[in-house]
Amino acid sequence: MVKVVVWGSLKPHTGGQAELEIEAGNVRELLNRLGETYPGLKPQLARGVSVAIDGVIFRDGLHEPLRKDSEVFLLPRMTGG
Amino acid sequence: MPLDSTLQGKRDFKVVGTRPLRPDGIDKVTGRAKFGADATAPGMLVGRILRSPHAHARIKKIDTSKAEKLPGVKAIVTREDLPDHTDGDALLYDVLYNIMAREKALYEGHAVAAVAAVDTRTAREALKLIKVDYEVLPHVTDVDEAMKPGAPILHSTIFTDGLEPKPKKPSNVVRRYEFGHGDVEAGFKKADIIVERTFKTEATHQGYIEPHACLANVGPDGQGELWVCTQGHFMVRDTCARLLGMDISKLRVTASEIGGGFGGKTTVFIEPVALALSRKANRPVKVVMSREEVFKASGPTASTSIDVKIGVTKDGRITAADATLRYQGGAFAGSPVEFGAMSAFACYDLENARTIGYDVVTNRPKQAAYRAPGAPMAAFAVESVIEELARKVGMEPIDFRMKNAAREGTRSSYGPTYGPIGLLATLEKAKQHPHFKAPLSPNQGRGMACGFWFNFGGQTCVSLNVNSDGTVALSVGTPDIGGSRASMCLMAAEELGIPYDKVRAIVADTSALGYNDVTDGSRTTFATGMATILAARDAIKKLTARAAQIWGISAEAVTWEKGYAKPAGSNAGNFPPMSIAEIAAQAGATGGPIAGHHEYSADGAGVSFATHICDAEVDPETGATKIVRYTVLQDAGKAVHPSYVEGQFQGGAVQGIGWALNEEYIYGKDGRLQNAGFLDYRIPVCSDLPMIDTVILEIPNPGHPYGVRGVGETSIVPPLAAIANAVSAAAGVRLTSLPMSPPRILAALDRKAAAE
Repeated sequence: MVKVVVWGSLKPHTGGQAELEIEAGNVRELLNRLGETYPGLKPQLARGVSVAIDGVIFRDGLHEPLRKDSEVFLLPRMTGG
Repeated sequence: MPLDSTLQGKRDFKVVGTRPLRPDGIDKVTGRAKFGADATAPGMLVGRILRSPHAHARIKKIDTSKAEKLPGVKAIVTREDLPDHTDGDALLYDVLYNIMAREKALYEGHAVAAVAAVDTRTAREALKLIKVDYEVLPHVTDVDEAMKPGAPILHSTIFTDGLEPKPKKPSNVVRRYEFGHGDVEAGFKKADIIVERTFKTEATHQGYIEPHACLANVGPDGQGELWVCTQGHFMVRDTCARLLGMDISKLRVTASEIGGGFGGKTTVFIEPVALALSRKANRPVKVVMSREEVFKASGPTASTSIDVKIGVTKDGRITAADATLRYQGGAFAGSPVEFGAMSAFACYDLENARTIGYDVVTNRPKQAAYRAPGAPMAAFAVESVIEELARKVGMEPIDFRMKNAAREGTRSSYGPTYGPIGLLATLEKAKQHPHFKAPLSPNQGRGMACGFWFNFGGQTCVSLNVNSDGTVALSVGTPDIGGSRASMCLMAAEELGIPYDKVRAIVADTSALGYNDVTDGSRTTFATGMATILAARDAIKKLTARAAQIWGISAEAVTWEKGYAKPAGSNAGNFPPMSIAEIAAQAGATGGPIAGHHEYSADGAGVSFATHICDAEVDPETGATKIVRYTVLQDAGKAVHPSYVEGQFQGGAVQGIGWALNEEYIYGKDGRLQNAGFLDYRIPVCSDLPMIDTVILEIPNPGHPYGVRGVGETSIVPPLAAIANAVSAAAGVRLTSLPMSPPRILAALDRKAAAE
């Protein structure tokens, strides 16, 4: 299981929890299982998210591996100017 | 020899870090460079767009019959010609709605119809003959007003997301964001001093000197070409193809030279309309926005209203930080408030932090990205309070910032724990800088501020071809808005071991490369640069294999050094080094053309920090402000072309000076923009500015082979706050609204005098 932290305003979609335990070996599995477990997250997942793994932000790296002790945060999809 | 994709943080550079002449310089100063409006085609028509004069109106009927009969009119398009192909994609539907109004016009300047005619005069005459039956509706342009109960509602489909329970009534608040950690209420109880203030910033435009322009040409076979001034021609191709129901393969897009973008050219406005006109007219159609259209119908940044509350102990340690940010992003969802909320407190090591952001719609043009979208306004509010708190606890603001600065191991206010970061390094350099201790004259004040931005990588594809004389043709898919062709040539030359002037980089069209994300997010020197390095390594692998073939030895027995293939050791054979030119000359006989490629999604861009110092002089009689000295200190990881890095630093500071002192969208009570031109919308010019001093720090990014970090955006984050702190110090009163125009400063001075 990987511990993933979602941002505060997603908590209404996760039963009030910011820290979630998800069985996932990489980012793709994490996002799929988040959507399956918490359907309310699906619109945000469809809009796009980034994932920070141990402090490094991944916007596109769905294959990026996750370790059990990884620090994982869900973040809005990064954009820029 | 396997492709070496290792990421090295440090190395001795031969070419990278030098300052050669820019490859596009001569063309740009002699007028030979081709910008968006320079494209022409045989039989080309002129496209013009009819725009709503109302801030908010239902479009009951559009009658084009008289215009169609005008001699010389070849096509007219309205919403009927742009059916919805978005297939439930809400973001894309907003783009469709923005480029051509559907049931309602949502802001003054919203496109409602377009004409293609044989010349400009006919096109303008035709626009006058189109009759639009509007039902004018109440409007709202201010972010705080738009959030109030009873405000005119733009979209009956917006029910604020992120609230529990979900509202049953529609509003103008699209979404609520919340970030943070700890317990801010408990943190404030531990504070000895608390400062709480409200700030407002006005919408500003990126102010790029080249208006949007494109030439569309769609044939009767459904195949089309588009020449366009954009930050991302692959994005333009894919978006236009989807909006027009075309196969992507049928649309080829070429990016012109670009006269500035700053984020404002990361979406489409006129391009799908030009294509629709061309498709209908069966002729090429050129559309060029006027400056008035750029102001009214492209994308400025958000205006904001922000509350900040920060508590500290007597010895200057922050105990809690809380902010509520309200950003209006025009008539559609998507203001950059989430990035404002994420970045607001990113410079600080906080036990208790919370930011709440509201994305609000109003009857203004749909906002577009502007360098570090959302961050400068948040930094203005937070860094103003930080400066005030430092004074209240009796500390130098720089020492207060250093005491509370985020560092490696700090949990960021937006979530993740920082790895190695350079904020403290910029503060330490700032403290040592002569500017920091220089004396001030009467009516002058000094301010400083820190800033943060994320940066990212994105999809990137590069092709590097070795020509028959050993020179190199490099094809990239990211438009060059900040000198990236020079940087790419430097990195390719560095890797290949050849001179800079032996490499020529071009921005290839969409048929030549795989998909490339837009040039934005400070990503190009980082991501396209890394792809260039890896493409060069791929080419080196092939070059050494060809040398091995010529010599009749194994490829593993050949190394590459300073532009030459060499036997790896005495056991490999006694062959003289073979140059890239000698290998290239024999390419046809040894297997054909030699090319290196790299395609990937780049991640690991690494976050970025900067510290700015500003001296401002305020005239107490007129309220006019002059920036008398300005210094930018920022971590570039590795400056590939230091002149361009300095230019990015200076450009961010200058745009920040305009945003802080003069620039604003001014709306009348009728919801119409009153200053849609550079005479009334005042951007800084050279005579307004001091020379911006720069200090480049080089703390290598572990996510890039040369340690490069993006530098294009962070430099616009601190200026609003640094200038506000300087002006407040000079005026002796805290300024909380931007721009700090003379009337606002005089009003603040009057309030101060009345209070004394």
